[in-house]
Amino acid sequence: MTQIIRISLMVFIISIFSAEIPADEGRGLSIAREMKAQERGYGNYTAEMKMVLVDTGGKESVRLLRVRSREMEDDGDQSLAIFDSPADIKGTAFLTHTHIKQDDDQWLYLPSLKRVKRISPANKTAPFMGSEFSYEDLASIEIERFRFSYVGEEALEGVPCSIIERYPLDPYSGYSKHRVWVEKARYIALKAEYYNRKGEKLKTLLTSDFRQYLGRFWRAHQMRMNNHISGKHSFLYWDKFRFRQDLSDADFNPNSLKRMR
Amino acid sequence: MKQLIFLVGVLMGTVASADEWRGFMSAEYRGFTSSPLDNDQHRSYVSLAVEPEYDHAWDSHRQSITIKPFYRWDQQDNARSHADVRELFWSYAKDRFELYLGVCKVFWGVTESQHLVDVINQIDLVENPDGEDKLGQPMLSTTLLTESGAIQFYLMPYFRERTFPGEEGRLRSFPRVETDEAAAYEDKKKRNHHDWAIRWSTQLGNWDVGLSHFYGTNREPRLLPAINDRGEAVLLPFYELMRQTGLDVQGAVGAWLLKLEMIARKSKIDEFVAATTGFEYTFYNVYEHGLDVGVVLEYLYDDRGDVANSYFEDDIMLGVRLTANDVQGTEFLLAMIQDRTDKARSFSLEASRRLTDYIKLVVEGRAFAGLATTDPMYSFRQDDYLQLGLNYYF
Repeated sequence: MTQIIRISLMVFIISIFSAEIPADEGRGLSIAREMKAQERGYGNYTAEMKMVLVDTGGKESVRLLRVRSREMEDDGDQSLAIFDSPADIKGTAFLTHTHIKQDDDQWLYLPSLKRVKRISPANKTAPFMGSEFSYEDLASIEIERFRFSYVGEEALEGVPCSIIERYPLDPYSGYSKHRVWVEKARYIALKAEYYNRKGEKLKTLLTSDFRQYLGRFWRAHQMRMNNHISGKHSFLYWDKFRFRQDLSDADFNPNSLKRMR
Repeated sequence: MKQLIFLVGVLMGTVASADEWRGFMSAEYRGFTSSPLDNDQHRSYVSLAVEPEYDHAWDSHRQSITIKPFYRWDQQDNARSHADVRELFWSYAKDRFELYLGVCKVFWGVTESQHLVDVINQIDLVENPDGEDKLGQPMLSTTLLTESGAIQFYLMPYFRERTFPGEEGRLRSFPRVETDEAAAYEDKKKRNHHDWAIRWSTQLGNWDVGLSHFYGTNREPRLLPAINDRGEAVLLPFYELMRQTGLDVQGAVGAWLLKLEMIARKSKIDEFVAATTGFEYTFYNVYEHGLDVGVVLEYLYDDRGDVANSYFEDDIMLGVRLTANDVQGTEFLLAMIQDRTDKARSFSLEASRRLTDYIKLVVEGRAFAGLATTDPMYSFRQDDYLQLGLNYYF
């Protein structure tokens, strides 16, 4: 008898946390739109990023990057990351032009060869610099490139959240879905689970240390990505956010990567 | 005097705060699998190199100077013990304009097997037989970013002669190339001929397109039989003037990179068209282990056919690139170039992996097979080698 209760309870719990619940697409989309609306209007920013990669034995490796990003009218964001360490790849730059209606453009600048290499748009799933973050985890979320659904509500450490799911439409994405905990008050993502194409939970992202800029924009200064399959995790520490800097087309132009420093 | 000390103090302060020294030192061992063709050559070579780099930017990063000298010492080959100024320039960049004055390095092109379009810098051939290492080129260069692409102009007042392995070096011609004596030039101003080049590059959707034109001394010499001062039979470089128009195109579609490089080159002696075209297809994150597996296939064409100056006239390159995307940044590239008309075949291997945040292991290898006696690579037939290197970055 207790066995039956236990099983039915498990079935009940599983059904709560799987797509058994009728997906409320409209509500999911409106939350995603509100999140994007909260983000829009930042113009551009520069920031510094420290990545700490932790292996299963607890051994840490540190990577330092400088990042700049800007919004485009009627198109996806553009961003540039310049690597400061490890020393052998210092000066390497990764430029991304995300798009809404077509494949993203990506270029890698190799300073020792002075060569700009184009990276194919399918390069999304590979680990970024050996970390648990993949290229697509670091890309901006463009509404048009996902389907959404509303899952429910849950408090995360006492903070009321809506749970939505994002289903990537990009055929090159490594994920079947992201399940995202969105703080109700500020429309910021506090937690995200990434499910692989087989539907297994692959990674969990936890964001914290939110600080507000220009009286409007909330930015997480700490991100932790746990990989449930490899057992490794990575931290991203953001610092020195500076908004609305004097950045122009030339700062995001593949033809002028040579001068980026 | 006090003022001078103050001034020096201020200068030192800026040096300490904004400036950076970095670079690498490397130790390498090159071992050959077969005994050499010439008794002067050796089976193994140990070599050390250093390449420090100094960068300083000021004026809100609009202006900067870069100094990058290079020195290599080779245990056996005197010609490979050499120094170079890889970079030494002042640059100014503001909005849509860039200016470079000094010794620079420029790369044009998209393909992997050979670099036809890339003609600005001379090849430092003694450094590596793959021709990927370049000597610094003195120039005045400007870039203008326009709505319809970037326009770059280069004025090059001084020519650098190609380096070649010395008497005791492997991977050299028979007879060897004499570089201690004066090379011959078509132009009477010799290395002071003013070369110039212009390049336009742009992005059209997911495609990068570049169109370039060069007029000046051909970086690739013709090698003419001669007798040197010591009465030995040698080859002497002859540098002619050339005019070259180049096109490079690269498209990214899904997991495909599609590539084309094409040149039309004209000199007093000949006129020809050459091209490299192919693709790189990558399987990303194979089995979710982070490993990328890329397959590179390129076709190399030269309408002169089997003539002395061209290694590849109707050849196919097949390569496999592995990128582990791990903490150590492990990379591996194995390539084979096969002549379509005869049995000539060459292999190359390049692999690297970080051992610590500052030390990297670099492995290179090359092998040759089926070379006909008329093949320009025939003199390398005994020169299969494996090279192990440790680079220390600071």
